[in-house]
Amino acid sequence: MANPTTIRTGASGGTEVTQASLPNTTGTITVPRRHLLDLDDLTFDEINDLLDSASGMLEIIGRDIRKTPALRGKTIITMFFENSTRTRVSFEQAGKILGADVINVSASASSVSKGESLLNTVKTLQAMQIDALVVRHPHSGAPYFISNHTDAAVVNAGDGTHAHPTQSLLDLFTVRNHVGDPSGKKIAIVGDVLYSRVARSNIVAFQKMGAEVVVSCPNTLLPDGWELDTTLGDETGFGGLRLANSVDEAVDDADVVMALRIQQERQEAGHLPSLREYSERWGINSKRMALAKTDALLMHPGPMNEGVEISSEVAHGAQSVVEEQVRNGVAVRMAVLYTLCAPGKSTRIGSGEDG
Amino acid sequence: MASDESKETHLKARKLAITGGRVIDPAQGIDRVADVLISNGKIGAITESSTGDVPREYVQIDASGKIVSPGFIDLHTHLRDPGQEWKETIVSGTRAAARGGFTTVCAMPNTDPVQDTAAIVEDVVRRANSDGAVRVLPIGAISIGQRGKRLAPMGELADAGVIGFSDDGNPVADANLMRQALSYSVEVGLPIINHAEDKKIGAGGVMNAGTVATRLGLSGVPVEAETVMVARDLYLADLTKARLHIPHISTIGSLAVLKSARERGVDVTAEVTPHHLTLSDEWVYGLNGSVTEAVGSEAYDTNTKVNPPLRSRADVEAMIEALKEGLIDIIATDHAPHAATDKICTYNEAAHGINVLETAFSSVFQLVVNGKISLVRLIESLTSSPGSILRHDLGSLKNGFPADVVIIDPNSRWIVDPEEFESKSVNSPLSGVELTGRIVHTIYQGETVFELNGDHIEAGTRS
Repeated sequence: MANPTTIRTGASGGTEVTQASLPNTTGTITVPRRHLLDLDDLTFDEINDLLDSASGMLEIIGRDIRKTPALRGKTIITMFFENSTRTRVSFEQAGKILGADVINVSASASSVSKGESLLNTVKTLQAMQIDALVVRHPHSGAPYFISNHTDAAVVNAGDGTHAHPTQSLLDLFTVRNHVGDPSGKKIAIVGDVLYSRVARSNIVAFQKMGAEVVVSCPNTLLPDGWELDTTLGDETGFGGLRLANSVDEAVDDADVVMALRIQQERQEAGHLPSLREYSERWGINSKRMALAKTDALLMHPGPMNEGVEISSEVAHGAQSVVEEQVRNGVAVRMAVLYTLCAPGKSTRIGSGEDG
Repeated sequence: MASDESKETHLKARKLAITGGRVIDPAQGIDRVADVLISNGKIGAITESSTGDVPREYVQIDASGKIVSPGFIDLHTHLRDPGQEWKETIVSGTRAAARGGFTTVCAMPNTDPVQDTAAIVEDVVRRANSDGAVRVLPIGAISIGQRGKRLAPMGELADAGVIGFSDDGNPVADANLMRQALSYSVEVGLPIINHAEDKKIGAGGVMNAGTVATRLGLSGVPVEAETVMVARDLYLADLTKARLHIPHISTIGSLAVLKSARERGVDVTAEVTPHHLTLSDEWVYGLNGSVTEAVGSEAYDTNTKVNPPLRSRADVEAMIEALKEGLIDIIATDHAPHAATDKICTYNEAAHGINVLETAFSSVFQLVVNGKISLVRLIESLTSSPGSILRHDLGSLKNGFPADVVIIDPNSRWIVDPEEFESKSVNSPLSGVELTGRIVHTIYQGETVFELNGDHIEAGTRS
């Protein structure tokens, strides 16, 4: 059994708290934590430990009676200021399988348009003795703001155009289960890099795990200062990221091809002439998949615009792991919630000791 | 003499002698240890240092080891009064000014109601004269309601005492209206001060576009949003032969077009804020943050949100250089107090603006400490240079000028604590930062309006 670890309290101050470690870990967690805001502050080993834990969780999901008492008596609130079905349900399912009480709060950012209200919302929930707050917010940094004002564990379920760490964990988990160690593998990310928190978190995550990440998108959807046909330097915070000159270059010999959702709004804001042109030039179809490795994985964080960024043929083809990503999402979120909320070392899951 | 008594005495003394300080008055080319004599609210003479031996009728303020400068002039202050008195008032804002060494502040017209008619301006002037700790010179709106549609009555506003026109915060987007505003202002003889930002290019960005914005997932405003409008305004000023004052300049591109306009003889002046001289956009990542490290809990500090946004290090260095060589004329604060509710929120939701008055001098004094600019040039940019833009008898210790004087302890080290501000608001990104150099005494029209408590100065005691 792994040693208990202490929780990093840097975000909100306070004293160090002892907490049970992950199940099935090798005891390598060195930086204890209490929030999951992005993957950039997790070590290589911490990420691997979470993925190991997710494997155990996946086994639980596969049982006839998928319920454990691991988080019994714990309260998790999902607070979504932006519409989402899959992520919210995924967290809810994860929390419920672990035996936690899960309360879903949905609020539009417009109804809570002033920060004082967001602050008050958080303080109000805090007063009800909650253990974890799962937050989806249209503003980048919102979970960081919230984590500075609550004692509960904060899980970032997607903030603005900044990060979506549990999506990255499930993507890493999916890749690891099919391709093995991502180190040295070529990951092609095709789509709206400028506005995509999935792209940002996945670039950080896959690079941290040693993969070679290449992105391709229209120049209008690259962040300011990023030039096509270059490789970013370390000073950008995304050192080593290749900005392919064409989608063909990006997917060429790739181990994983990841298509990102393209929003209709991009066309309206003048980033794109039309979705049709986008589909022609950046859409992932069987012709483009043929440029990748024979057994390359096709991924998409969902929801998909079939026929735009991804053709129906490949979306539901043999290389697609899109549905598996959804299933894995529950497993990694269980691992995350367990890591942050487990009451003590008395309960271990995924090891046969639970009920 | 008991010091309490003498303190009472010098606060209202008719005659004051500030002795033994290093007197810096760039307008007169003075930089030497001397005594400054004040009588009936006016500057009298600057005499050779008496080492304490001043005429009996003078109350002495010992400034030995200190710097004595004309009171600072801020061409860009938001007093929020009338309309947003929970953020700042004429009283609190002028007290903040006094604590920061400013004896003149020019109040931006974006109050509620907007300063677009004489009646509203006269109300501010009247209340400032009766309640203000320091001088308030109002700035009138360029357009009615700052809406950018119709010109405000500039002549009427000038008669009411405004020193220039600005729709600050709301750039004059319509190029023809800007042209007419400049042209009309020629007869009035006052500068047009246009917040230069093409909001379309900015596209709703909340910080400077670049590496930090990308890493934090915050939408960025490219430097060009400012540069293109500065260029437009300079060409329109050239066309109309009007006076243009560029507020809070912040980009390398703006400097390039400014330089070229100067060379063509355009009648233009420019200001830079203390924060654009000292803070880069990396502060949004956290105090001295680096994008090569993980985003931490100190990132997204809403007190760094300001318009124009904090720029890149290269821009900051270029601003310092331009101020040093005089391409940028003055430092102005853009003091923008905001209530906690406007700042304790997400970065997107937060209001733009930094509370600057009380940290302004000390923050830019770090540039002197680090050898990046001379003390004389720094003081010039806070005194005689803005004074000459105002064309008032201000910003110098010339005989007969209002006795506006600030005494600075160049060696005092202090930690910024916004809770101690005279300002009603605390929105400073410098909270907890240690600075060297501090305002210890501010005199406005011969009266002490701020004096630092503690051991820093023995002002008011006769030796």
